[in-house]
Amino acid sequence: MTRETSRRGVLAVLAAIGFVFSAGPAAAYTVYVSNEKGNSITVLDSETFEVLETLPVGQRPRGIKLTKDDKHLLVCASDDNTVQMVDVATREIVGDLPSGPDPELLNLHPSGSPVYVANEDDNLLTVIDLNDKKVLAEVIVGVEPEGVGVSPDGKIVVVTSETTNMAHFIDTESYEITDNVLVGSRPRFAEFTADGKHLWVSSEVAGTVSVIDTETRKIIKKIEFAIPGVQPEYIQPVGVRVTKDGSKAFVALGPANRVAVINAKTFEVEDYLLVGKRVWQLAFTPDQKLLFATNGVSNDVSVIDVPNLKVVKSIPVGRAPWGVTVSQE
Amino acid sequence: MQARKCDDRPGPARRLRFQSIRKVWFGIWPVLPVIFTLLLVLGAPPYLAVAQGQGGAGAPDPDAITTIPIGYLKQEVKRPIPLSRLNTEPDDLGIAGAQIALKDNNTTGIFTKQKFALDVEDVPPGGDAVQALKTLVASGHRFILVDAPADVLMRLSDAVKDQDVLLFNISATDVRLRQEDCRANVLHTAPDRTMLADALAQYLVWKKWPRWLVVKGVFPEDLAYLDALRRAAKRFGGTIVEEREYEETPGARRSDTGHQQIQTQMPVLTQGAPSYDVVVVADEKEVFGPYVPYRTWDPRPVAGTAGLKAASWHPAHEQWGATQMQNRFQRFAKRFMLPLDYQAWVAVRAVGEGASRVGSGDFERINAYLRGDEFDLAAFKGQKVTFRPWDGQLRQPIIIAGPDMPVSTSPQEGFLHERTELDTLGIDQPESECRFQR
Repeated sequence: MTRETSRRGVLAVLAAIGFVFSAGPAAAYTVYVSNEKGNSITVLDSETFEVLETLPVGQRPRGIKLTKDDKHLLVCASDDNTVQMVDVATREIVGDLPSGPDPELLNLHPSGSPVYVANEDDNLLTVIDLNDKKVLAEVIVGVEPEGVGVSPDGKIVVVTSETTNMAHFIDTESYEITDNVLVGSRPRFAEFTADGKHLWVSSEVAGTVSVIDTETRKIIKKIEFAIPGVQPEYIQPVGVRVTKDGSKAFVALGPANRVAVINAKTFEVEDYLLVGKRVWQLAFTPDQKLLFATNGVSNDVSVIDVPNLKVVKSIPVGRAPWGVTVSQE
Repeated sequence: MQARKCDDRPGPARRLRFQSIRKVWFGIWPVLPVIFTLLLVLGAPPYLAVAQGQGGAGAPDPDAITTIPIGYLKQEVKRPIPLSRLNTEPDDLGIAGAQIALKDNNTTGIFTKQKFALDVEDVPPGGDAVQALKTLVASGHRFILVDAPADVLMRLSDAVKDQDVLLFNISATDVRLRQEDCRANVLHTAPDRTMLADALAQYLVWKKWPRWLVVKGVFPEDLAYLDALRRAAKRFGGTIVEEREYEETPGARRSDTGHQQIQTQMPVLTQGAPSYDVVVVADEKEVFGPYVPYRTWDPRPVAGTAGLKAASWHPAHEQWGATQMQNRFQRFAKRFMLPLDYQAWVAVRAVGEGASRVGSGDFERINAYLRGDEFDLAAFKGQKVTFRPWDGQLRQPIIIAGPDMPVSTSPQEGFLHERTELDTLGIDQPESECRFQR
C-alpha cells in the first residue's frame, strides 16, 4: 500500500467515525482558544481533540466570544486597542469593533447584540451594536473593569472592577448603574446562573467566590477554598461556569492548578480537579458534557469530562492560552 | 535613611520655609459635566447613576459624601546626583504614586460616596518636620504618608503618639524601625533592608550562585545593608567569601576623563578574590556601585545595590495586571513608575480600601481594619499584600531586576514557611524585637 492510499484510508475511516458520532449524542463542536503571548487563536475539535488550525490575530488576544450565529469570532486584541472580528468560515479578519482602549473581556446580549466590552485601562464598559458596529454607550465603572456577565433575560449587565473590588449592576436599557456590590479583592469574572437568580463573582486576590442574589443584590455566600499541600495565596479564582441545570459550578483556581467543583445548590466544594499550570478561563460545550480550561503557564488546554468529573485530556495550544469559546454546533 | 551629617545640614536660611499646603482634588468630580455633555452629544442615554449615587433618585446630596483627607509629608534631603543620569530623581517622586492612588480611590468613591483628598507638606532640608506634621493633623488629616529619614520619622511618630493619627513609612528601609525602634502608629509600605537582602539572596541561592564577593562602601547605610546580607547568607545558604572596601569618598560625579580611571580601578578592586559566583555590592549612596558591572577582574555577574537589584517595584514589571498600573501611571505622570511611587500608591490605596470596606471614614475603624485579618490589597504582585501585626511591615513579594527588565520575583520556590512564604522575607515573628507601646 502506498503512503497516499494509506492516508486516504485513514481519512475515510475518520470521516466515517465523524459521521457516526455527529449522528449520535456527542456532537463535535469547534473550540477557540486565544493565546495571549502567541498573538493567535488555536482552533480545536471537541471530539477528536485535534488542533485544526492556528489563526494569527492582533496583539495580546485575551477575551474571545463567538457571535450567536457562530459566524464570527470576537477577539479582544488588548495591545491593539480593538476587538477583531474573525470570519469563522474563511478564517479571515473581516473587521474591527470600536471597543475603546485595552479591551479585556466581552459578552453578548442574549439576542446576539449588543456586545459589552470591558476596557481595563479606561474604567469603561463599552456597549457596541454588532449590526452597524456603532458605540451605543460608554458606562463609567470602577478601576480596571474586567468581568462582564449578562443576565439570561438580557436586562442586566454586570461588570467587575478589579481595583475598586465591586460588581456593578447596569440596566441594559438605560445604561445606568443601579447597584454596586463590594466583593473580595480583584474580582475577575461574573457569571449568571441560567435561571438568573444568582450571580457568581470570582475574587482572584481574596481567593473567594461571592454568590450574589440578583433580587436583593446581596452576597448570600462567600465560597472559600482549601487544598491540602497548596499555600492559600496560590488559590486565585478566575473563570467560573455554572451548569444550565444549576447543579454544579466549576471555578478555575489559577496558580493552584486546580478546577474546583462546587455543588451549586449547597455551595459546598466537592472536588478539586488537577489541570495544567495557572488555569484561568473555562467554557462548556453546548451539551455540557465537556469543559475546556486554559492553562496559561503550561501552554495547554485541559479537557474535563463533566458528568464523570475527570480530566480526560490536555491539548498543547499556543503560548499563554487565555480565553476560550465553543461553537453552538 | 540614617544620613550623614552633610545630608542633614540645615538649609542656609535656617527658618521654616513651608510651602503652603498644596490642595489638589483628583478624581472624576470636576469632569462630570464634560462626560455628561459628551454622552448627550454622542446620542447615548445620559448617564445619571454617577451623579445620583447608588441607584438613588433626585439631586445629589453633598452632605452624604464622606471626605477623607490624606496627608503627605516629604522631608527633603540633599542627595548627590546619581552616577547615571538615567536615574535622575523626578521632582514628584512618590507624590505622583500617591496621586494616582487617590484617583483610584476616588473612582471607587463615586460608588461608595467617599471622597479622598491629598495634601502635601514639603519640608526643606533642616526644616521643622514636626511642625509640618502638626499643621496636617490640625487640618484634619489622620492618615499621613511620610517620606523622611528614620530619625525624622521617629520624631514625627512620637509627636502624635497620643492622637488618632496613622503614619505610613513609605521610604525608610532601616531595620531598626521594625525592631527596637518600632512604633504602634507607623505602618511600613517600604520594604526594609532585610526584606530586600533576603529576596536577592533567595534568588542567588536558587540560581546556584551561593558564593559572594562583597564589595562595600564606607557609610553606615552600606554597613547596614551588609548586615542584612550577612543575615540572608546565613538564612538561605549563601557564603560571603570575602569583603572588600571601596574607600574612595564621593567627589564630583562628572569629569571628562572619568572612565579611563574607573576602567583600571574596578578590576583591581576585584582582583585575586577567592573563588566566587557573583559580586554583591553594598553601596547604597552610589559612590562606585554602578561602575562595577562589566569591569570585574573575573567575568562575574553583579548584584546588590548595583546590577541585579531587589525592589518593591520596577518600571518594566508587567505581570499580574501591572501593565494597567504602569499605563495609568505613565499617562498621568508622564514618566515611569518607580519603587517610591509604588510604596506611596500602596499606602493611599490601603486607606481607600479600608474606608471602602468599613463603609466609613472613621479613623479607629479603618486603622483596625488595616491591621486585621480581613484586610487584603490587590497590588499587582500576584498575591494579596497585608501588614504584619507584629511590626506593621507590609508583606509583599519583591521584584529582582536588572536595569531594563525584571528577572524574577521573590520569595523563590522552595523557601517554605508555615504561615505564608512572604514571611521568609524580612524579620519574622519569632525574631521580632518590636514591642508596640500603646
